[in-house]
Amino acid sequence: MSRIPAVGLENVTQVYVTDREATLAIDRFSLTVQTGEFVSLVGPSGCGKTTILSMIAGLLHPTSGQVHVLGRGVLGPTPSVGYMLQQDYLFPWRTILENAMIGLELTGQKDAASRHYTLHLLEEMGLQHTANLYPNQLSGGMRQRVALVRTLATKPDILLLDEPFSALDYQTKLQLEDLVAFTMKQHKKTAILVTHDLSEAVAISDRVIVLESHPGRLRKEFHIPDAIRNAEPFYAREQEGFNALFHEVWKELESTERRTT
Amino acid sequence: MESTSTGAGQIQELHQAHLLRKRKVQRKVIGTQLLILVVFLAVWEIAGRNKWIDVLLFSYPSKVFTQIYNDMIDGSIWVHLGATVGETIVGFVLGTLLGTALAAVIWWWDFAAKVLDPFMVVFNSMPKVALGPLFIVGFGPGFMAIVATTLSITVMITTLTVYQSFREVDSNYVKVIRVFGGSKRDVFYKVILRASFPAIVSTLKVNVGLAWVGVIVGEFLVSKVGLGYLIIYGFQVFNFTLVLSTLVLIAVVATVMYQFVAYLERKLT
Repeated sequence: MSRIPAVGLENVTQVYVTDREATLAIDRFSLTVQTGEFVSLVGPSGCGKTTILSMIAGLLHPTSGQVHVLGRGVLGPTPSVGYMLQQDYLFPWRTILENAMIGLELTGQKDAASRHYTLHLLEEMGLQHTANLYPNQLSGGMRQRVALVRTLATKPDILLLDEPFSALDYQTKLQLEDLVAFTMKQHKKTAILVTHDLSEAVAISDRVIVLESHPGRLRKEFHIPDAIRNAEPFYAREQEGFNALFHEVWKELESTERRTT
Repeated sequence: MESTSTGAGQIQELHQAHLLRKRKVQRKVIGTQLLILVVFLAVWEIAGRNKWIDVLLFSYPSKVFTQIYNDMIDGSIWVHLGATVGETIVGFVLGTLLGTALAAVIWWWDFAAKVLDPFMVVFNSMPKVALGPLFIVGFGPGFMAIVATTLSITVMITTLTVYQSFREVDSNYVKVIRVFGGSKRDVFYKVILRASFPAIVSTLKVNVGLAWVGVIVGEFLVSKVGLGYLIIYGFQVFNFTLVLSTLVLIAVVATVMYQFVAYLERKLT
């Protein structure tokens, strides 16, 4: 086992500057995520969850503090970090396969082998028959699965999931949670999920981080017991202790919201 | 009680009836359109032959069509038609390309966009045909001056429209490219330009109309060759049959050109 954490944030502070004012979005936030871990970030809006993901992805540089990915300082986007957005944002003019391969195209890895791997991923998601279709011919759930394939195709070690299930209907959301959890385990990826859905966070993660807002700060950390952790997200919700844990997280989150309002 | 379930045959029948009704309405519309055209031409012809209207000024259809026919037979029309069509095509294609290129430059270089903004707005609100004399002196009375007049009308509006479309592209699409480490060049070619394709083709369509204005006005001013020249010439010698026959030709050719671009639009987007 390597001792280098997959992701490390040390005393990260982010200030947003606009014409009107400069605001402290994140205040001295630290987080360490081990390789293979699944961590969720929950918190009221304005707690800087997406900002944290953007910094790990290299899209944004912290005003102060350090961000490390696999032991190296983050200078810009790297192929070792994949990012999945709230909605699929597939390009309507590209076929499913072309969409899934855009990351390979951009990182200069497009060849027969990577194409084969992408097709294999599509097959894994039950989408092999859609390779030559266009996004508007697919349902919302299918499109989000294509977005997952697009993210996985470049073989990132770390996946950043920015509320990827929030735009889906409930049934699709549950199915996709299981699929994502399974895929992450199977491919031994490290994942950081941002979500508003507490039950999702508890069901899918190894660790849940509660943030408070204005400015974004670490509030509390919950380690999920093995029984819930090891179950598929759908069944995790039926495990003993799930409800108790859910309420604990809920209370924590509620108290942060009361503090702000 | 009648039958409670709707059978497959019955559903088919309803569909057939719907199609039949639709076709009927369509036939009626086309029939009425033809009728209006025929009545208009007939009334014009009769009014002209009976001298109810001033024939010198308004001519009448058979005279107009004879004029077109004769000009085609003796070949004199083709040089004018060719010149005008050529100038128009160069005008709207070049106008769209230059406008898009300029939009790309100001998208790429935000500072240029900020600096150029007031100049573009002022230039765009000017009546550009007023610049015609400058172009004639600058480029000489010919093809170049006419194309320049056309470009002065088409380029700026294309730039403003296409730039607007560039800016309206959802930033999350850009994010998709950026998280994979894509460069600004990647963002432009793979997202911004491609997403603005429909907007560019649609300005192409607008530019067909604008290019006709530019070309005809240019030919009025240059007065050497072209359909615009024929109109001015017909007007100066008081041959309004020539003026009207030229207008008919313009209407036909402009429609064909517009439909062709509309067809391209359907194909490309």
